[in-house]
Amino acid sequence: MKRSASISTALAAVALLAVAACGSDAADTAASNPVSTGGTGGTTITLVTYGSFPAADTSLNAALDSFTEQTGIGVTIVQAGDAGTMVSKAVLTAGNPEGDVMWGVDNTLLSRAIDGDVFEPYTSTELGAIDPALTALVPGGEVTPVDFGDVCINYDIAWFADKGLTPPTTLDDLIDPAYRDLLVTQNPAASSTGLAFMLATIARYGADGWQAYWAALRDNGVQVVDSWDSAYYEQFSGSSGKGPRPLVVSYASSPPAEVIYADPPRTDAPTASMDASCFRQVEFAGVLRGTEHQAEARQLVDFLAGAEFQQEVALNLFVWPARTDVAPPTEFTAYATVVADPLTVAPADIAANREAWVDAWTDTVLR
Amino acid sequence: MDRHRPALIDAPPRWLRPALLVVPVAFLALFYAWPVGTLLAQVADRSAVSKVLGREALRQVVWFTCWQAVVSTVATLVVGLGPAYLLARWGFPGRRLLVAVVTVPFLLPTVVVGAAFSALLPDAMLGTATAVVIAHVFFNVAVVVRLVGTVWAQLPADLVHAARTLGASPWQATREVTLPLLRPSIMAAAMITFLFTFTSFGVVQILGGPAHATIEVEIARRATQLGDVGGAAVLSVLQLLILAVLLVVAGRTRRSSELPLRSVERARPRTMRTRLGVTAAVAATTVLMAAPLVALVTSSLRPGGRWSLTAWRTLGNDRAVRPGAALGVDPLASIATSLRFAVVATVISVTVGALAALAISGARRRGRLLDVGVMLPLGTSAVTIGFGMLITFDQAPVDWRGAWWLVPLGHSLVAVPFVVRAVLPVLRARPDAWLDAAATLGASPLRRWWEIDVRLVRRPLVTGAGFAAAISLGEFGATTFLTRTGNETLPIAIGRLLGRAGDIPRAQASALSVLLAAVTVTVLVAVDAMGDPAGDRPGSR
Amino acid sequence: MLEVRGVVVVVFGDRTVLDHVDLDVADGEVVALQGPSGAGKSTLLRVIAGLLVPQAGTVRSGGVDITELPPHRRGIGMVFQDEQLFPHRDVGQNVEFGLRMQHRPKAERAARVAELLELVGLPGVERRSVTSLSGGEAKRVALARSLAPAPPVLLLDEPLTGLDRELHDRLADDLARVLRATGTSALMVTHNAAEAARVADRIVSWAH
Repeated sequence: MKRSASISTALAAVALLAVAACGSDAADTAASNPVSTGGTGGTTITLVTYGSFPAADTSLNAALDSFTEQTGIGVTIVQAGDAGTMVSKAVLTAGNPEGDVMWGVDNTLLSRAIDGDVFEPYTSTELGAIDPALTALVPGGEVTPVDFGDVCINYDIAWFADKGLTPPTTLDDLIDPAYRDLLVTQNPAASSTGLAFMLATIARYGADGWQAYWAALRDNGVQVVDSWDSAYYEQFSGSSGKGPRPLVVSYASSPPAEVIYADPPRTDAPTASMDASCFRQVEFAGVLRGTEHQAEARQLVDFLAGAEFQQEVALNLFVWPARTDVAPPTEFTAYATVVADPLTVAPADIAANREAWVDAWTDTVLR
Repeated sequence: MDRHRPALIDAPPRWLRPALLVVPVAFLALFYAWPVGTLLAQVADRSAVSKVLGREALRQVVWFTCWQAVVSTVATLVVGLGPAYLLARWGFPGRRLLVAVVTVPFLLPTVVVGAAFSALLPDAMLGTATAVVIAHVFFNVAVVVRLVGTVWAQLPADLVHAARTLGASPWQATREVTLPLLRPSIMAAAMITFLFTFTSFGVVQILGGPAHATIEVEIARRATQLGDVGGAAVLSVLQLLILAVLLVVAGRTRRSSELPLRSVERARPRTMRTRLGVTAAVAATTVLMAAPLVALVTSSLRPGGRWSLTAWRTLGNDRAVRPGAALGVDPLASIATSLRFAVVATVISVTVGALAALAISGARRRGRLLDVGVMLPLGTSAVTIGFGMLITFDQAPVDWRGAWWLVPLGHSLVAVPFVVRAVLPVLRARPDAWLDAAATLGASPLRRWWEIDVRLVRRPLVTGAGFAAAISLGEFGATTFLTRTGNETLPIAIGRLLGRAGDIPRAQASALSVLLAAVTVTVLVAVDAMGDPAGDRPGSR
Repeated sequence: MLEVRGVVVVVFGDRTVLDHVDLDVADGEVVALQGPSGAGKSTLLRVIAGLLVPQAGTVRSGGVDITELPPHRRGIGMVFQDEQLFPHRDVGQNVEFGLRMQHRPKAERAARVAELLELVGLPGVERRSVTSLSGGEAKRVALARSLAPAPPVLLLDEPLTGLDRELHDRLADDLARVLRATGTSALMVTHNAAEAARVADRIVSWAH
């Protein structure tokens, strides 16, 4: 009797806990999200972005705080993994999104997001100040361009100097046995950086030649990892991680970052980028379809495309602002230049073939 | 009045059985049948199917899934027969402890096993098929030791002695007598191991790297990384079909053998040779089973190769990684989420499971149907369940993707079969004579049902609740699909941390894995002790 | 011929089960070790068969010291108390087991099996499953199996225990007949004095 009584009590307690859990969930969600610049009495909206977007403590976040002060709208940043995962999740949750605004879908993934009906088209009030070449990439107006950069091969200057080896200057050099086992790249299925590099090779070698190039790269010992983070901070010798490989697929803005964040300080870049390998990457921000805070989301998109925020993107995300009337700080322009003639692939081609290309890449390189 | 009904046992009122059936059937129909149906519908388009199956990459995935399962199964049998023999036929101090040590890996969440081997194996081995097979062996040795060991322990030793006196060398005696008699249990262990390794998700996801994917992992990758929902659906259905075939084959080949099983008789090592042999075997088994877990604990205390408590201390502070790069998931919050979900999942599983068991034990033909229905989610991969739910409940009025309860509900689908399996035998073993006795003491049919059957299920329900809690805590596959940012469970947090660059995240992943392992084992040990206080189940001595 | 000298078996560190035991069995002789259960008689059989290693003592068979030999090379057969027929083999396969270990050709094995089954009074049962045998039949098959490889010495551990009176007496006579017919030296353990008298040439009384 005692036994069954205690079990009944236990079950009842468990049921009570469950009810409590039900009620506390709303509070918990807000509390467990990384950073919330809570509005005073106003609404709080969620900005969905990729993993390397800073959650706090940078001037970018300070700018968002300023947005909150001006509008009373709080912003919670949610990091949804790498860009590929972020977009896929958005497609799977289209209409019932995890946030209100998305930052960071790029030109390589945009077609997937648009096909998945992820965004609510919105023409930002700031669109006039954005570079028209970038706006042309989104004829449907679903999203607003917010920054651009170049995905390029970076090399470790000191490593090559030590070995007495000339750093590679073209994509062809990378399949030369002299540069065997030196390159690390990212899986295009998972990483937008890796996807950009794959598209660069497609632009360079054409739809018929790029697979042979990758077969040659594989034979020459290219290493594949899942994220830019892992490639740059674990495998690359030129970063703080001091990894084993001196060649990495990264950004044209990574060398400046190495200078600006150098400790102890230095005035020369320890790494450099290989212009002939660069692929133009454009990032966008947009209102997620199904958001409950449409008006507030639109205000945030305007702010993200506005001068105050655009001013900060260069030094924090290491990209160029999309606005034509904003000049990045001199520390940035001293070490970085916009690549004159990057490789590109037309958005329509990306939209039509991306899936097949990624599959073919997987077949050639991984299996 | 009872007097006017036919003599034998009065049945409980006619509304009882349908009342019992309503909840389990609705549960299964809504949250299992409908999602699976949606997946099947996705695949109805023939051209889409042939397009997907035509891709070489996908054929490679299916091939890899099959051969790694075969290799893992064979390796597990080879590695596991030794400890099975040791624990079945030899008595030595600490034997029961060693049995527990061998069983623990099987109870651990797959994420923890993946994290443990990430910590144990050299970097060069991570991302290879070998790592996957090794982790699988570690996981499934318990299956061999329990299934084969139990039978082996009860084989009369004199059978082998008889063979010896007839001129058989030790090896001949093993081959001619022992192995043929163990064959049914070896086949059962092989079948179970094959099923587990075939549908393996967490281990392959973490240790297999980008180059290796089983069907489960590929479904997840296609859907969450590539956005190829159609391809993922085709793979899900393909796996369902393969599993169905396997289960049918397994059912057919199972024949009960008449073994002259005796009570357990264990030899004690007495000669120097046997003492050395037993000691060596015990040491080898202990090292094999304990090494990964020791590596896990160690790696949580040695981020970047130096002893420090940083990983543990910074569990609540998700910003101490690199300026400007946060982890995206709050480790401590994920612990709270996991516990909350476990409570909810347990409540749901226990309710649905108890009702289902009561309904099944009452009915006969329709009971069997419900029994099979309840078991189906177990034979379906967790990834398929999560994926199916995700693409089914995505439009009003059932747009439940954002609902917090979807994840624990997914857990319940996987846990209910265990609850039913714990409760049903107790109900089935209840002699009808008890009902007769109650009747003669003045209890009405409904009262009898309540006082006897319902009260009977309370004890096994505790065991079932323990299983449900452990399953929910460790569930990874379905949760991967259903998780919403801000409500990550502990396994998800561990998975994310393992994918991050840097020493601290890796060490934090190990720390969280240690926590998860500790909680899981505690729950299961507590449940085991409560359900079997006398320790008199076979093989537990 | 069997010679056992000075066998000592101590179990669990302190209990002496066999204390300097000597025993002889002459060629073709049937000796019964008769006494209450638990006195160590079965233990002695296991030492002779090689299934148990004694702390001290020697065993000689046919003049050869077999103390260090493993059981399968001693040439000593044994009928176990519970028959211990292999359940996964039929009667014929059980009986021919020892012959297979001796690598006898198939035709020879079949003939010998038939011969022995005839001898124990169960002709033609080769294909029957051992689980379908009655108690008495099982004991006959066990005997046939042990005798098939023609061991010079046969040990029998309580071979007739557990049978009803009539069956017991019949089997006892058959056992005696078969042992004599094959000329096997035999050492039989039993707690039943009448049984010992019925089967054996010589009885050795065994007490603690």
